[in-house]
Amino acid sequence: MHIPDGFIDAPTSAAFGVVAAAGVGYAVRRASAEAEDQVVPLAGLCAAFVFAGQMLNFPVALGTSGHLIGGTLAAVLVGPWLGAIAIAVVLLVQALFADGGLTALGLNITNMAVIGALGGYLLFRLALRLLPARLPSVPVAAGIAAFVTVPLAAAGFVAEFALGGTVDLPLGGVLGSMVGVHALIGVGEAVITAATVSLVIATRPDLVYGARHLVRQAPLEIRPSAVRAPSTAGQPADG
Amino acid sequence: MPDPIPADPPPPPAADTAVAPAAAGRQPARRANRLFLVAGLFVAFVLAAFVSGFASSSPDGLEKVAEDKGFLEQGRDHAFSDWPIADYAVSGIGNERLAGGLAGVIGVTITFAVGGALVFAVTRLRRRRHPART
Repeated sequence: MHIPDGFIDAPTSAAFGVVAAAGVGYAVRRASAEAEDQVVPLAGLCAAFVFAGQMLNFPVALGTSGHLIGGTLAAVLVGPWLGAIAIAVVLLVQALFADGGLTALGLNITNMAVIGALGGYLLFRLALRLLPARLPSVPVAAGIAAFVTVPLAAAGFVAEFALGGTVDLPLGGVLGSMVGVHALIGVGEAVITAATVSLVIATRPDLVYGARHLVRQAPLEIRPSAVRAPSTAGQPADG
Repeated sequence: MPDPIPADPPPPPAADTAVAPAAAGRQPARRANRLFLVAGLFVAFVLAAFVSGFASSSPDGLEKVAEDKGFLEQGRDHAFSDWPIADYAVSGIGNERLAGGLAGVIGVTITFAVGGALVFAVTRLRRRRHPART
């Protein structure tokens, strides 16, 4: 999924550099307005985990492999804004490993951080709306969204290729092949995303951004010391 | 980004009632967060260092399509392809799994540091803009 230098011409790459910068800049603005101090290490952890996950190519079809994008995963765990920033950081660090072209960084950030994380979070919220409002719905919705984002990011590449591909090819064929193989990779993305989200929900549901509205009530119960407050003196003890 | 406070500070003495109750209640939560962070990083390191050795080396979806459709050769060498960690292999190490695993550990460390530093800066941005909300 990492576009190397040379697939897309310079003007198109530069234009998507602007798209990516605008997307990440907007994410920084939104994240700075809502991020709490305790999410700092979590967002770092999320980026580190996605970096590791992206190293693990799994076979999908004859002689083809795929790996996690992690956009939906990051967005569900730390929120869409920090999630998009985390994926952008992963893509930036991967450049040190000569993975994904430098001139293609804007294209890759657009496909994986903007479509992957921001688009993934939107799809996650849509899927969640169709499912019962319970905690176990969260990993299911995350998996569905993760599945869709992979062929969607592949379609993003085809759009970029249509605008500035360095070879003239019938676009229908490229679109069919890209979406087809990435739908298979999407199954892996869905499994990894759903498994990771359900693991975090099983251990620390309060840390999952996408599950916040379902666990809000819990922390209110575990404050036995609060009973001492004078304002509750007249209330009957609950045993 | 690790907490500047040394790990596991001793619990405040019981008589210290001057401590705001909210701050006192946050202590165990902070320890639980640190435990989660350490466990999560451990998993990331294991995946990058060991599991990565079993990853498929087949071309990925985009490379495969580029090969089939005949635009793979349009791709140029990466500007950093001579770097000592290029292609997720530390150069100069003969053992392929070791070279890859080490590159994975380096990558996870850098990503955690850069990601943490950037998000730290983002939260400071908020503090400067809305000083009342600290």
